[in-house]
Amino acid sequence: MTRVPPLDNRLSIEKSDANRRGLTCKNPLRAKANVPASLRRKSPPRLPELSEFDVVRHYTRLSRLNFSVDTHFYPLGSCTMKYNPRFNEEAAALEGFAALHPLAHDSCAQGTLELIYDLSVRLNELCGMDAITLQPAAGAHSEFTGLLVAKAYFESKGETRSEIIVPDSAHGTNPATASMVGFNTVNIASKPDGRLDVEELKKHIGSKTAVLMMTVPNTLGIFESNIEEVCRAAHEAGALVYMDGANLNALIGMVKPGELGIDLMHLNFHKTFSTPHGGGGPGAGAIAVKSRLAPFLPVPLIKKEGDKYASDFGDGRSIGKVKAFFGNTGVLVKAYAYLLAHSAKELGEIAACSIINANYLRSLLKDVYPSYSGEYCMHECVLVPGPDMTAKGLKTLDVAKGLLDRGFHAPTIYFPNIVHEAIMIEPTETESKETLDEFVAAMKDVHDEGIADPQKLKDAPHTLPVRRLDEVQAARQPNLRW
Amino acid sequence: MYTPHTKKDKEEMLKTIGASSFEDLVKQVPAKFLWPKLSLPAESLDESQAAALLTRLAGENCRPLSFLGAGAYERYTPAAIKAITSRTEFLTAYTPYQPEASQGTLQGIYEFQSTVCALYDMDCANASMYDGASSFAEAVRAAVRVTGRKKIVYAAGVNPQYMDTLRTYFAHSPEYTYVKIPMKDGAMDKAALPALLEGAACIAAQTPNFLGLIEDMSGVAEAAKKAGALLVVSADPVSLGLLSTPGEYGADFAVGEGQSLGLPLAYGGPYLGIFSCKKEYVRQMPGRIAGLTKDKDGKRGFVLTLQAREQHIRRDKAASNICSNEALCALAATVYSALYGPEGLKELAEANSGAAAYAAERLSSIKGVSLKFRGPFFNEFVVSLPVSAGGLREKILATRGVDIGLPLAPLYPELGETLLVCATETKTEADILKLEAVIKEAL
Amino acid sequence: MPKPEEVRYTKTHEWVHLGEEAVVGISDHAQHEMGDVVFVELPKIGQKLEKEKPCAVVESVKSAFDIYAPVSGEVTAVNDALTGEPAMLNQNPLEGGWIFKMKPSAPAEGETLMDWPAYQEFLKQSAQ
Repeated sequence: MTRVPPLDNRLSIEKSDANRRGLTCKNPLRAKANVPASLRRKSPPRLPELSEFDVVRHYTRLSRLNFSVDTHFYPLGSCTMKYNPRFNEEAAALEGFAALHPLAHDSCAQGTLELIYDLSVRLNELCGMDAITLQPAAGAHSEFTGLLVAKAYFESKGETRSEIIVPDSAHGTNPATASMVGFNTVNIASKPDGRLDVEELKKHIGSKTAVLMMTVPNTLGIFESNIEEVCRAAHEAGALVYMDGANLNALIGMVKPGELGIDLMHLNFHKTFSTPHGGGGPGAGAIAVKSRLAPFLPVPLIKKEGDKYASDFGDGRSIGKVKAFFGNTGVLVKAYAYLLAHSAKELGEIAACSIINANYLRSLLKDVYPSYSGEYCMHECVLVPGPDMTAKGLKTLDVAKGLLDRGFHAPTIYFPNIVHEAIMIEPTETESKETLDEFVAAMKDVHDEGIADPQKLKDAPHTLPVRRLDEVQAARQPNLRW
Repeated sequence: MYTPHTKKDKEEMLKTIGASSFEDLVKQVPAKFLWPKLSLPAESLDESQAAALLTRLAGENCRPLSFLGAGAYERYTPAAIKAITSRTEFLTAYTPYQPEASQGTLQGIYEFQSTVCALYDMDCANASMYDGASSFAEAVRAAVRVTGRKKIVYAAGVNPQYMDTLRTYFAHSPEYTYVKIPMKDGAMDKAALPALLEGAACIAAQTPNFLGLIEDMSGVAEAAKKAGALLVVSADPVSLGLLSTPGEYGADFAVGEGQSLGLPLAYGGPYLGIFSCKKEYVRQMPGRIAGLTKDKDGKRGFVLTLQAREQHIRRDKAASNICSNEALCALAATVYSALYGPEGLKELAEANSGAAAYAAERLSSIKGVSLKFRGPFFNEFVVSLPVSAGGLREKILATRGVDIGLPLAPLYPELGETLLVCATETKTEADILKLEAVIKEAL
Repeated sequence: MPKPEEVRYTKTHEWVHLGEEAVVGISDHAQHEMGDVVFVELPKIGQKLEKEKPCAVVESVKSAFDIYAPVSGEVTAVNDALTGEPAMLNQNPLEGGWIFKMKPSAPAEGETLMDWPAYQEFLKQSAQ
């Protein structure tokens, strides 16, 4: 264990010294620069002037202020913070992939096109779907793409459908996406066990419904056992069923969403397929669809002709572009490397071990932190602080901060919204029993400290670079730049 | 496979759970859906086998001497950037939901926002968007929200892929109209502006424009303002080491493709959407924003702020559905800017301008080849060819391993047989002489 | 400025001081529930309001709350001071924290809203 130096929280600009230099560009062609004075900027940008070493030390120091998957157990529910294999990074950095220009001639891009093609084939098989676009840059971007595809599909049939049905347990992106695409959101209440209420659904679904968006397993970590009935109700009304794939880690290799009756779904490569989150991105997404929706996917798709791969611009029914160039290809290489490392059977192990891990935590914690649901969970569980903690005025936020002091990242908190004081834990399949045991001990220690000395827990964290931060001031008087 | 579970682990864990078997745990899934047949490889590859396969695929992408630009630029990535962005504390962290445990990421975002503001001369910036096209589309959406108008007046020199993306973003609303500002010698015909602006939400422009020309933006913001419209500008960040800034000429929203700041081309992504605006529109910014504040002890710290605009709170009333940003790419761009500093960025911009100027000079010396436009350009330019540009490109690529640039006919048929040629700081005099030689030889 | 007993209340916790020019804000109960207010999105002067339709937004750090028009009419003034000092909504929701003024188009609508005792009763019932 090395000691992080005392917090030197200066910004790079505050370390700047006029005329100190880092990197230079000495290309002699500079002498030929030809920009009229009237088109030049009037003053230099206020950027730091530092030596290269200053910059490296500044950012290396910053890195050490972070918790990360590599350094800490990071059980953020719905985020699937699994191990990000180093090999994936090396694969994506291969010069042949990294240096390929997005407008390269197809004949120059055969390796990348083959990779995208084979990745598409494998993902379609895993999802039980017929066609897939790998262009969306993230999960929310995938949802946007998916709803545009749905819209185009109904328009092609001459149907005007204006509504998206979203259960109240859904991710906030679902209604936000619906509104971006010009649909109205109809919220329906879930049943007490967190499942979609089919009777409620039937009351709201009809000729105006375009899409039912649902998360499987849902945000409480519960599988929608009545999914066949749900899909049937949607299909009878002529609507499509969209699966938010944020929780696909619970199903991968074990259940094909396409067989459940799902018509279109998205994938988050940075969740299920082990690509790193990078502190908030880049991610990558995909929309997989049944064949009747395929003509509307963004173009180009990649086709195989003989032993050559080429861009396929479709028959004109595509929704168009959702991004300037092809998707986040660098991330796709990582996801492909991940798939290569798994046989069909081993993919199923991902789902199985993630489910075992979540239930193991749930069963060891439920006496102290009651589980919202009485049944087994899938890959994540939702707990709440027990009555003994709430009696002392302790909240989920306090539990989260107490965990940080014990060297564990906090679970997702206050989501899903339908659970008061939710603590949503997703351990993922890559954590060992030993780590889970340590986490359980830490959670119990937080509880015990909270009961013995509630104020101490309310003041946590005590050991991190900063203590609780004033978010009210940050929002009332925003300071967003130097 | 990356699961650590031994058979014994699983048995013990199931026992602790009180389940008789794994199947017991997943009873909520109708049995007929469990364990479908998967037609996927029955054997996984070990790491060396996977490395061999991926190395073969990477090798099947050819590596021509390339003069392609058109929105994605070949850059040298300094070693220090790779060293910092591969720090796993940055690489494997999530969105900074627990600020006390994410000060590195948060301060990094704050420094990124500041860097963008400095380069673009704007008041505020967000933590980044997916790419230049999505930033552009979101900025136009913001202008539409602010003005309540639905007419978008755009320059013919805006990257056509950005316009396609914008149209997709508005696809659901047929009431949006698009009015193109005509081109005059490859640049925006400013004289045509006043007649087009009535009832417009914004002027959407790009400089250097898609054809490489530096737009003279003087008076454009004033024309927009007079008509009650806003000015949205997309500008290449490296060009701003040298060129007049969106802040200087009065842009309301300034966006750009941050790939320029040292990110690999990677066949289209991940890139970096830069998004900035004047302070009166701070709440119109989509996505994440980091802010500086104090902790309980009065110590400086950083948090995500202005969150109540976002999808997880506003749901269907949010400005955008975006959750993620391109944090690691933003970090790379911030480090790039810090490594080069104001002087280094100016040198880079000069090298781009110089390389392109030299390439234009050499190419226009070839018989039958001429510069299409007269105006000043930055790091790319358009030449007219006496033969099919597409045919010439394919021939030289196949026989000489040089990608001479992007044929423009599919995007701008009115320009005839033309080629968009880009030269960044990665090009040497010898590279440009080679370009000249292979074209001369092929004509 | 009005006392709590002098205004009417909606089920969505707005108060309105009825009159030729009505004044609208949120109740003390509402500001408590919201926590520290960090931003208020005001309506525009001249904006037409429809009873029970959203017309302003109050933001706390991690939540956003729609403010609904208590009666129909047209906005005549907005409290610009809230932009610089949103905390006034917490400190004094009935005085410095008023949000906008309006000219009601159907003054009778106001009579159907709860008076102070009725609102107290409503809060008590909602708490159960």
